[in-house]
Amino acid sequence: MSNIIVLVKQVPDTNARIVLSGDRVDLSAVKKVMSPYDEFAVETALQHREANGGEVTAITVGDAGADKVLKDAKAIGVDHIVRIDSSESLDSNALQTVLASVVKSMNANVVYCGKSAADTGAGSTGPGLAERLGWASVSNSISVSFGEQLSVITPSAGGNARYNVPLPAVVSCDKGDMKVRKPNVKGIMQAKRAKVDVQTVDAPASTVSVVSHSMPPAKPAGKSYEGGAAAAEVAQLLRDEANVI
Amino acid sequence: MSETIVIAEIVKGAVHSTTAELITAAQALGSQPVVIVPCTDAGTADGASEMSGASRIIAAKSDVFANYDAAGWAAAIDAVAPSGVIVASASPQSKDLAARIAARRGISVVQDVVKIDGHNLTSPIYSGKAMQTVALSGDAVLTVRPNVFDAAPSGGSTEISVVDTTGDMATAVQEFMARASSRLDVAEANIIISGGRGMGSPDNFVHLESIADTLGAAVGASRAAVDTWESIPHSMQVGQTGKTVNPNLYIAVGISGAIQHLAGMRSSKYIVAINKDADAPIFQHADYGIVATWEEALPVLQSTLSSMMA
Repeated sequence: MSNIIVLVKQVPDTNARIVLSGDRVDLSAVKKVMSPYDEFAVETALQHREANGGEVTAITVGDAGADKVLKDAKAIGVDHIVRIDSSESLDSNALQTVLASVVKSMNANVVYCGKSAADTGAGSTGPGLAERLGWASVSNSISVSFGEQLSVITPSAGGNARYNVPLPAVVSCDKGDMKVRKPNVKGIMQAKRAKVDVQTVDAPASTVSVVSHSMPPAKPAGKSYEGGAAAAEVAQLLRDEANVI
Repeated sequence: MSETIVIAEIVKGAVHSTTAELITAAQALGSQPVVIVPCTDAGTADGASEMSGASRIIAAKSDVFANYDAAGWAAAIDAVAPSGVIVASASPQSKDLAARIAARRGISVVQDVVKIDGHNLTSPIYSGKAMQTVALSGDAVLTVRPNVFDAAPSGGSTEISVVDTTGDMATAVQEFMARASSRLDVAEANIIISGGRGMGSPDNFVHLESIADTLGAAVGASRAAVDTWESIPHSMQVGQTGKTVNPNLYIAVGISGAIQHLAGMRSSKYIVAINKDADAPIFQHADYGIVATWEEALPVLQSTLSSMMA
């Protein structure tokens, strides 16, 4: 029987346009969704439960608004949902510290998370949490097989590498050739009734603080051409003007 | 004053040229960095000594560095690195390592930095749809994107000291599975040519592959292409739910430029777009835009490139 944890994060819909209000992003009009890579982590956690038995707990960090991402995970099939209450923006050290404290208290065998969250794209949480727990970790997994140990495939220079990963471990998940299951009606009904276990953990002070947000620098207008014959000129310019070939 | 530390980027057992960019980034933080070269053979560090701008080089020698294991590498590097701000490359492996080392030291990590201004660091967020600037107060580990900072000039001859180190490995590589084709992966390539649904059929990607072979480029694809055609694997996907790439040259063929695709490639140094629809959003991001079908443009591109490369 395995005690399986999956970390989920609520992020702006990846198809949404991001706008600024002053020097901060304004997400008030943007729909929030589960970070896409976390869907692969949830699917992997559920496959682990099916292979080895046990229970899956989804954990997020945030204020009450983040409960929705937990309900989404519940609707897909996790057993328990936990929110670590926080309304502040935590740097990686603070975030991983509170996560490590809760994961430790749960006696877990394995933690799955997305390879990065779609908002920051950082990918720090999985390996950072593993280090704090003294666990093994593999990042950017494209395939996991379950046994006494995990067998994890991850991209490596020139191809892929298969790792033997002893438990306990943290695995961050990429898509690979995974098909994720969707919530069914029963799951959605159960999720509505499910109670979020809200936990409070002291976080250390952040040493990284957000100063401002901005739009990416605008690119100067490029050269445009009509008709395929222009490809010859563009090829020349790539060599003589851009110096990239 | 604490030092700045660069962790040399190691690719296939050698110091990668992007390490010279890391030295420049570290200098922007205020001082000449110590460069740590993780290696199994101290001779590997010779590849860093000609990069100017480092105060000294530590060849961190250990069997641990034969294969990548996050826990073992972090422990072995932590043991030899002085305290201070650590700079590594924003490659998938080094981002993983950076997070481990930061957690080991109980400090924060800032990934994908593209600008350093005193203690203010700027990184793309929302896959490049916006930028975030953070202020650092205290030591941290940061990773910087390749092809953003200028490389420190060559011609240096920095002294190398060899230090033996070790760490406990947590995982073990069982096997390497080489890619069937010898072509580069999009995550590794300096030039990428990608196809979208405008290619009409996955069979037509052969024309992209042929140009890729001429240029030594990788072949990528849009999410629409990956979702539509089973023979186009997710490993080729460039975009928000695929790979974020930062090559010198990105050629988009039959790709309209959906917001999630742009998010994965907009920071490419030069972008060429070939699309039959003059209103395709990709053209707003292209340095060179060609309004044409791929059937018209690719043969011309192929023959011109072939004669240029001959």
